[in-house]
Amino acid sequence: MIGITSYGANIPRLRLTRMAIFQSMGWFAPAIMAVAQGEKAVCNWDEDALSMAVEASRDCLVGMKKENIDALYLCSTTLPYADRQNAGIVSTALNLRDDILTADFTSSLKAGTSAMVTAFDVIQSGEKKSIMVTASDHRETKGAYFYEMWFGDGAASLLLGDKDVIAEFKGAYSVSYDFADHYRGTGHKFDYMWEERWVRDEGYSKIIPEAINGLLKKCNVSIDSFAKVVYPCFFKREHIGIAKKLGIPPDKLQDNMHEVCGETGTAHPLLMFVAALEEAKPGDKILLASFGNGCDAMYFEVTDKIKKLKEHKGVKGSLAIRKELDNYQKYAKFRDLVKVEMGIRAEAGGQSAITVLWRKRKMITGLVGGKCKKCGTPQFPKPEICVKPDCGAVGEMEDYEFSARDGKVVAYTGDMLAVSQEPPAVYGIVQFEGGGRMLADFTDCELTEVKVGQPIRMSFRKRYYDEDRGFHAYFWKAVPQAQA
Amino acid sequence: MATGIKDKVAIIGMGCTKFGERWDVGSEELMVEAFEECIKDAGIEKKDIQAAWLGTCMDEVNVGKSALSLPMTLRLPNIAVTRTENFCASGTESFRGACYAVASGAYDICLAQGVEKLKDTGYGGLPASSGNSLARFWMPNVTAPGSFAMLASGYAAKYGIDPGELKKAMAHVSFKSHANGALNPKAHLRKAVTMDQILNAPIIAHPLGLFDCCGVSDGSACAIVTTPEIAKDLGKKDFVSVKALQLALSNGYEAQYNDWECDHFVTTSKASSEAYKEAGIKEPREEISMMEVHDCFSITELVTMEDLHISERGQAPKDIMDGFYDRDGGVPCQVDGGLKCFGHPIGASGLRMLYEMYLQLHGRAEERQIKDPKLGLTHNLGGFPFMNICSVAIIGKYGV
Repeated sequence: MIGITSYGANIPRLRLTRMAIFQSMGWFAPAIMAVAQGEKAVCNWDEDALSMAVEASRDCLVGMKKENIDALYLCSTTLPYADRQNAGIVSTALNLRDDILTADFTSSLKAGTSAMVTAFDVIQSGEKKSIMVTASDHRETKGAYFYEMWFGDGAASLLLGDKDVIAEFKGAYSVSYDFADHYRGTGHKFDYMWEERWVRDEGYSKIIPEAINGLLKKCNVSIDSFAKVVYPCFFKREHIGIAKKLGIPPDKLQDNMHEVCGETGTAHPLLMFVAALEEAKPGDKILLASFGNGCDAMYFEVTDKIKKLKEHKGVKGSLAIRKELDNYQKYAKFRDLVKVEMGIRAEAGGQSAITVLWRKRKMITGLVGGKCKKCGTPQFPKPEICVKPDCGAVGEMEDYEFSARDGKVVAYTGDMLAVSQEPPAVYGIVQFEGGGRMLADFTDCELTEVKVGQPIRMSFRKRYYDEDRGFHAYFWKAVPQAQA
Repeated sequence: MATGIKDKVAIIGMGCTKFGERWDVGSEELMVEAFEECIKDAGIEKKDIQAAWLGTCMDEVNVGKSALSLPMTLRLPNIAVTRTENFCASGTESFRGACYAVASGAYDICLAQGVEKLKDTGYGGLPASSGNSLARFWMPNVTAPGSFAMLASGYAAKYGIDPGELKKAMAHVSFKSHANGALNPKAHLRKAVTMDQILNAPIIAHPLGLFDCCGVSDGSACAIVTTPEIAKDLGKKDFVSVKALQLALSNGYEAQYNDWECDHFVTTSKASSEAYKEAGIKEPREEISMMEVHDCFSITELVTMEDLHISERGQAPKDIMDGFYDRDGGVPCQVDGGLKCFGHPIGASGLRMLYEMYLQLHGRAEERQIKDPKLGLTHNLGGFPFMNICSVAIIGKYGV
């Protein structure tokens, strides 16, 4: 049996209320009021498709043996690097084995499902046993536009394999069309969209049913047997309309998450699928389909093993970690839609030494430190000579991962002088459970809520962007945890 | 067995510029201004100087690398000149170099000069560092106020002090220094401020407000040193001699091991203990007449009082509020106004502190003069609370 073995998700904590968009931009585009329900998940200034992908993948790996992973497929249309494999950065951040295959699946919103189908083909062949498929998108839109209302940010991750399967893969069917409802030319920041009526009627309403019907026929299964049908469509009425056309009752149609998250692009079919798995019972049949230059449809059957899966943050957990953002200007600054004066101090910087990044890749990208084999003291960064005063062993360090370790705040500040995308820059010293400490930026927090002794967790984030060289730098930050 | 520096070196001349936003001058003019005062004070000629040390820190602005700017500016006669850079201890390091050279017998008369021209960056605060190439990838964009502000959170947590009470004690640190600085014609900031002004100032790095932070200034200071024997031969009476010169650097314990609570300076505690030993001081709280410490931020001075072993652990806020460190207190601190009012042209600060101690020991501090001082302590703290360089120097009247 092959299928899904674990799942994870990451939806950014910030939720921009759609009324905040309307209140700021409705004067220009009053029609956007029609879709101004609820809120959309938006990246903090230090989150992007890559950082969300790492976080979703970490969630997926909870309770799993990451040494068993044979391949990592990263799926997105908004990856930071056009040439420097983004999946390789995710793999390093996760500290996966070196002898695995990594690949980016991109250029279409169906890249996530296409990677899944490809992965199942590979696992079926027996060549690989466990493949991680992570999809993430952080799509940019111009302001005061329907798509600004529809789009949200998010990531989902699935582990596919042949052991301890929680949802058996029963079959797939794909159709591929050069249907350019939108496109984004190389070097362009924003999508160019064609008329919505055509996208709805000739795109979603025809292509998704074609793939689903193809799958039903291929697998000789009827639509009635499915407990849940999952496909994205941000046109609310068409989302339901397609179901009606296929004979799917409303309670079996997976919600498109418009009100709570928005449409997360490549990640969306997977994210909705994770939400469906969170509610699924053994024996449930789930149909998953995507949309984007065609459609991939897949058929799953949930197994007993789903009950034994360790609890993941998933969609439910991600949605629960929520901070409302009603400040459209802040969102616009985070997306670089408005230019603010950063001051002369912000000009310091220069090149990033790639030799250093390569030599210290485990430390910088993976948050791997050292643990003294002689005295057992964890320490970061990994030194040559043990820091413990009465130890001082030379060359006795073994790798020690800090990323999954809980910690607490030793000292902190909120710095108004430091260059920051969101002043004050909150940072401090954090102490890890079991030993080891570091000076770290804090993120996803309010200065007034930070306390000495407060628990923290580490999160993979964007550190800076060197615009002159197109270099995106990532590192780990401490996220103070809300206290009861 | 090392015998230490006590009474092996005499200071025969010192000079110090007016500190401030010296928009009209650069490093060269500042160096000449301090040096001219110093050499006149020493009563020697330039040709008598056999070697020199230049303390300067920031390459981003300022004099650039190497020691060349000093002999090029002062037209020193092809003598040995060495640049010292050790963060905020750079100036004191130049002094240490000159003192050790004289004490070793290698030279008779040496010059130590510190200078920093900070106000050429186009913005407030110290120049932003691009860091070394590894730090850029992972270290937060720590500023000086931000890194020292962390001490306040650690100290308050350690001793269970209400942050509001701590903030008041910090405010008194600045209040006292402003009162002193107002009396000093060479200080940058010469206005007394009220406790309310300090407490209500805009936040720079939580919980440090504007008046919890020292100024940013341009300046230079210098000293000419020789042996006590030569000082006597030059006709010097009642001269000042060096009693202790100590330096301690972090080794990663605070930043990477598990114990330190961001509540004290490991290095200062060590350097001061060694300095007292070197100077033969047993009860620093009773024996030290006055101090110029590294008050880059009010919380730094507060915590430093404990690491200098003058205040008991956890008792600095009480001593401060009791006025123990005021000009008329038990151990007057920052009698000249401190970094608070002089600002902190990094390479110059250590020598500027020694300059005030020197003036006080000679009874030349005018309105600020304290009664019959015998021993003056200076202290620099460079870097961050979790990783730093600490220098402690003690000077006093020769033979006392």
